[in-house]
Amino acid sequence: MSTERKPVGKPSASAIANSAEALSSVVVSKTAGQGLERIAKALRRHIITMIAEAGSGHPGGCLSAVEIVTCLYFRVLRHRPSEPQWVERDRFILSKGHAAPLLYAALAECGYFPVEELTTLRKLGSRLQGHTDRTSTPGVEMSSGSLGQGLSFGIGVALAARLNSQGYRVYVLLGGGECDEGQVWEAAMAAAHFKLDNLVAIVDHNQQQIDGWNAEIMNLEPLPEKWRAFGWEVVEIDGHDFRQILAAFEKAQRVKGQPTVVIAHTIKGKGVSFMENNLGFHGTAPTPEQAKAALEELA
Amino acid sequence: MGQVRELASSREAYGQTLVALGKENPDIVVLDADLSKSTKTSYFAREFPLRFFDCGIAEQNMMGIAAGLAASGKTVFASSFAVFATARCFDQLRMSIAQPRLNVKVVATHGGITVGEDGFSHQAIEDLALACSLPGFTVVVPADAIETAQVIRVAAGTPGPFYIRLGRQSTPLVHSNGYQFTLGKAVSIRQGFDATIIANGVMVATALDAAESLSLQGIECRVLNMPTLKPLDAEAIILAARETGSIVTVEEHLQQGGLGSRVAQVVVQNQPIPMAFVALHDAYAHSGKPEELLELHDLTPAGIEKAVRSTLLKKR
Repeated sequence: MSTERKPVGKPSASAIANSAEALSSVVVSKTAGQGLERIAKALRRHIITMIAEAGSGHPGGCLSAVEIVTCLYFRVLRHRPSEPQWVERDRFILSKGHAAPLLYAALAECGYFPVEELTTLRKLGSRLQGHTDRTSTPGVEMSSGSLGQGLSFGIGVALAARLNSQGYRVYVLLGGGECDEGQVWEAAMAAAHFKLDNLVAIVDHNQQQIDGWNAEIMNLEPLPEKWRAFGWEVVEIDGHDFRQILAAFEKAQRVKGQPTVVIAHTIKGKGVSFMENNLGFHGTAPTPEQAKAALEELA
Repeated sequence: MGQVRELASSREAYGQTLVALGKENPDIVVLDADLSKSTKTSYFAREFPLRFFDCGIAEQNMMGIAAGLAASGKTVFASSFAVFATARCFDQLRMSIAQPRLNVKVVATHGGITVGEDGFSHQAIEDLALACSLPGFTVVVPADAIETAQVIRVAAGTPGPFYIRLGRQSTPLVHSNGYQFTLGKAVSIRQGFDATIIANGVMVATALDAAESLSLQGIECRVLNMPTLKPLDAEAIILAARETGSIVTVEEHLQQGGLGSRVAQVVVQNQPIPMAFVALHDAYAHSGKPEELLELHDLTPAGIEKAVRSTLLKKR
């Protein structure tokens, strides 16, 4: 293996080439993404509004995963917003708990709770905690916020489906930086060992973590090869392209005998020009002026 | 010293009880982290291979899997050695199990210094402090094999997270077969009004031996077995404080954060009286035979007698 350092910065050319190659191997419906753009924009507006109102939160890592979560909640998951505990529901587990506002926005738009409640985020007495809390928010499967734990939880949920002969599927959203955590790889090993083909991990690979670019802080690459070596089916996509996202989940559904990881190449802060690839917005709320400017861009 | 008591293995009792529970309840699932032959979850694995998952040497992942299974309606038992089942995966216990109050029973074997020769790396002396610090956790330290079987059964039928600590060695039976364990209740196993000795786990038998020896010297001690460390039986402690005027706690654990600390909190708030603590002090132990280690750290009848006498001197 080369010891040469990967260039710091945006996704490498090889990553983009890999994602194109991955795409060519899956069937893509031309109409699959229609209507989703409108929803994604609404979720982005909610995220900005909620975090600005709260005065704290993590806009960057919410915005990078908007298309992924939009596809899941509005096309892929079988779920019943009026019956959050429906036993046959597909499970979405947010392992990167700091993207809670994104999940809350999607849940509200689905009807799990009123959209008006979103601006109570992070306030005393709110059901919408700073990081997800399984005990307070309808539709939230797992308490998270301490990174690296969601995939293990997902394995338990997927094993239960097998034990109960239930057909639900389990989707776990991880951050790229979150893959620094050793537990992620304990879980990666176990999920393949248990042959959990009802489990899909999605890595929101926005290339950044709090202290800087992944390549500078803790190099993750070659990320697809790592997952492959752990026994996973790997699909690489542009995580902002609805058609590629939907195709990846369709492909995962056809994989038998092993779990699938979707490595979604994304841009932190996506959709708001001054937040894109701007580490300043990892864990900082926009000022009222910045929020106004962002909402104008998202009008 | 003391009467001869039959020895029995609490780990064996755990393994056998799990099998019995597995037959009664199809929702019981058992996890282990590559120590199933030692924790005795191997019995369940043999009987119910589809409901047993060996997670390998990865305790953090095991606790997360346990949480996911519990969130899906399963009653999950997850076992390892006490050091690995607490310190190694404390954040997983906190985030994935305690806060959401999921139905996971962490049953840890090899607690305390009586692990012996393996040395400090394998001697959990802070596990109970860690477990008691987790909101929502029920913490139980059974005294013998008879109590263990009942505790496991009660845990299986009580929703929510449990930490149950067992020892490595076979321990003297202090209960008879008709014994009935009640969660959150102390058991008075010897009457007396001069002082009270409160103990749990393997130290209960030692406390009884100390009480018998003191009796020969004219000091009659009450002995309370306090299997449930959390929630604590405050009523029994207050009554003992009122009726006997001094309390000595005995535990195979650090003095901080375990039985002694917890009993003292009840005493100072309700009925301040002289207390003494027979426990490990702020240091890790070493390799050695279990009985040598107990001797070295005064976790002996003689050590308890000395502590009782010290409290009697302070009584008004």
